[in-house]
Amino acid sequence: MTITSVASGTSGLSDVTSDDASLRRFLHGLPGVDQVGAEGRAAALATRSIKTTAKAWAIDAAIGMVDLTTLEGSDTPGKVRSLCAKAVRPDPSDPSTPSVAAVCVYPDLVATAVQALQGSKVQIASVATAFPSGRASLQTKLADVRDAVLAGASEIDMVIDRGAFLAGRYLRVFDEITAVKQACGAAHLKVILETGELVTLDSVRRASWLALLAGGDFIKTSTGKISPAATPPVALIMLQAVRDFAARTGEVRGVKLAGGIRTTKEAVRYLVMVNEVAGPRWLSPHSFRFGASTLLNDLLQQRHKLTTGAYDGADYVSID
Amino acid sequence: MDTFDNANPFQYAPAPESRDIARLKPSYGIYLNGEFRNGRGEAVKTINPATEEPLAEVAEADAADVDDAVSAARAAYQGTWSRTTPAERSKYLFRIARAIQERGRELAVLETLDNGKPISESRDVDIPTAAAHFFYYAGWADKLGYAGFGPEPRAIGVAGQIIPWNFPLLMAAWKIAPALATGNTVVLKPAETTPLTAITLAEIIAECDLPAGVVNILPGGPSVGQALVDHPGVDKIAFTGSTAVGKQIQKSVAVSGKRLSLELGGKAANIVFDDAPIDQAVEGIVNGIFFNQGHVCCAGSRLLVQESVHEEVIAALQERLQTLRMGDPLDKNTDIGAINSAAQLARVRALADSGDAEGAIRWSPECHLPDKGFWFPPTIFTGVSQANRIAREEIFGPVLSVLTFRTPAEAVEKANNTPYGLSAGIWTEKGSRILWMANRLRAGVIWANTFNRFDPTSPFGGYQESGFGREGGRHGLEAYLAQ
Repeated sequence: MTITSVASGTSGLSDVTSDDASLRRFLHGLPGVDQVGAEGRAAALATRSIKTTAKAWAIDAAIGMVDLTTLEGSDTPGKVRSLCAKAVRPDPSDPSTPSVAAVCVYPDLVATAVQALQGSKVQIASVATAFPSGRASLQTKLADVRDAVLAGASEIDMVIDRGAFLAGRYLRVFDEITAVKQACGAAHLKVILETGELVTLDSVRRASWLALLAGGDFIKTSTGKISPAATPPVALIMLQAVRDFAARTGEVRGVKLAGGIRTTKEAVRYLVMVNEVAGPRWLSPHSFRFGASTLLNDLLQQRHKLTTGAYDGADYVSID
Repeated sequence: MDTFDNANPFQYAPAPESRDIARLKPSYGIYLNGEFRNGRGEAVKTINPATEEPLAEVAEADAADVDDAVSAARAAYQGTWSRTTPAERSKYLFRIARAIQERGRELAVLETLDNGKPISESRDVDIPTAAAHFFYYAGWADKLGYAGFGPEPRAIGVAGQIIPWNFPLLMAAWKIAPALATGNTVVLKPAETTPLTAITLAEIIAECDLPAGVVNILPGGPSVGQALVDHPGVDKIAFTGSTAVGKQIQKSVAVSGKRLSLELGGKAANIVFDDAPIDQAVEGIVNGIFFNQGHVCCAGSRLLVQESVHEEVIAALQERLQTLRMGDPLDKNTDIGAINSAAQLARVRALADSGDAEGAIRWSPECHLPDKGFWFPPTIFTGVSQANRIAREEIFGPVLSVLTFRTPAEAVEKANNTPYGLSAGIWTEKGSRILWMANRLRAGVIWANTFNRFDPTSPFGGYQESGFGREGGRHGLEAYLAQ
């Protein structure tokens, strides 16, 4: 889909967010998604056979795209420090293993992560805006964001107000994202759509565009707290959204898939999808991420298998 | 295409399926009255269209073999098969279906070697659907009284069946399964360029202990087909192939009393409205014309796109075509394989050249064709007029002709403006428009928001010069029942 006729001007996208009616017209004017067709395409892409050199590249690329995440009520500074150590050197036995892209923690643990990651290139992402439900006032959400940024987070993962979105109050969602983006300052903003709550692929497409129009640097599937989280059809629609947004504006925005991706096989399939749907430009941590915790260990085991020819058990990779 | 984009760090390494899996033999013959032997016709080499290497020698049948096969089929019909209970017939068919599944990988590789189609298609479409047809008709064998053709429908007798090279095993399944389920015996002639999976199916049938003579498989050329069509001992002819040959067959069987069903060519319209789910429509267009290199009688070879979204759809289609991977059909990542034969390649080239000559604009993604074998890049012609040859004649290759329309009525008019009428596609999010269109399109199969979907439960067949008779589903039984 290449949208050329929606509005006039170079990108013409400022008009569509001028008021609620225009925004609704724009989002509802996006081409519909045929669920069966989208699922079929996602399934067809999953039949690609990625072997040997391609697999080796994909595993390293995937490791470098991981946002190594811990988002539990039981998180402690000790847990975060150990996670950070792993983020920098995922496989101490093999220094050629790349570092992950970022660690992702709650705002109160950002300072701990900053300390632990000093001198490394690993980014610090923090969830904010009353994660995961997003059910708080805008003031509280913005304070949450500022807190995290002030503590040193370079990336903010916000949640949208799904209630407002499902009620059709698109401008409210838009305004909230723009406000959060402003509060982020130099920090990158990832906008979590929580696609498991949006349910239809039409809604996923609309929410993706809404987040991109509002200035989100990334659109992200899920909090990881709701099932289903990242699924191949949802990833397909979101990748099409960033592709079409780039065709329209020239700006490359990213996609982050989070929740439920546990195996190398799944990760490689998603990279195939990124490659063939959005395009090779997106095959970089600047524009594609996996939000995951257990995935990393499977990637490391597969990497070992590929270099040594033998599987070594789960005891040979560190628990986080 | 993608494989040659060096800037992309993610280059898929070769992932070829091993050709040993096909268990190729140096020579193949015919299957007649339960025995495998060499035909008395010519010994011809069947080649791999992707490399032009000979795969095996096939000792083809001749008219005398046809005669013997028809006699064997007649004897089997009278002696055993018509006395076999429907429940027993059903068991044989289930057995064949399972055996096809068990040897699925072997059949897939063999099909890809002989035909040139990508392994992903033979593995995921041809072979599983062939097994599904046997499973489906196995279920009907003992329920024919409830199929709506009277309380005790009877078989016709000996069916002569002639199938094409585009889906060799699948077409054999389409023909043999309903014929056996209804109690007929069969003499089947596979296409000359793709006999190997049909002969392997004969092996499967033999291993399933089907009584001798119930199924006879005779590889051969047009003369074998003609002998079968003309044979007075045949009660019914079922043919899938070109319209020209179909017409000849219809003449041949005129006033012979033989029953006839024909599944012939097509020039299907794939109609995209401005409110279509565009991304899925693009997939449907690709699947419609580039699936199996466009060697599909129901291929969506004419794209009718509403003028208001023409540019958008073509741009998206071109972008999508750049990710198609053309090359070694045995590679699991290949999307587009080889054209089946030199003759077919010449025909595709000639028709595509006529598109240039008549002023249409040709576009293909940048791609490198292998040096050996028969290859034609996926091609789109825009600016095509309804009067151009590429908008009227069946190309049977990976060539899409794009036309535009302004209103639903105009779309119907243009879609129906063809002597064919096999299939059509409608892409719109508006359900009422789908029904409005479907009521007016003259085509046997109409897909809505999808294309080229096949299922044994669904009848398939055409209007006008696309043939008559239905295959698949309950309707498919009728072609093999006495009236």
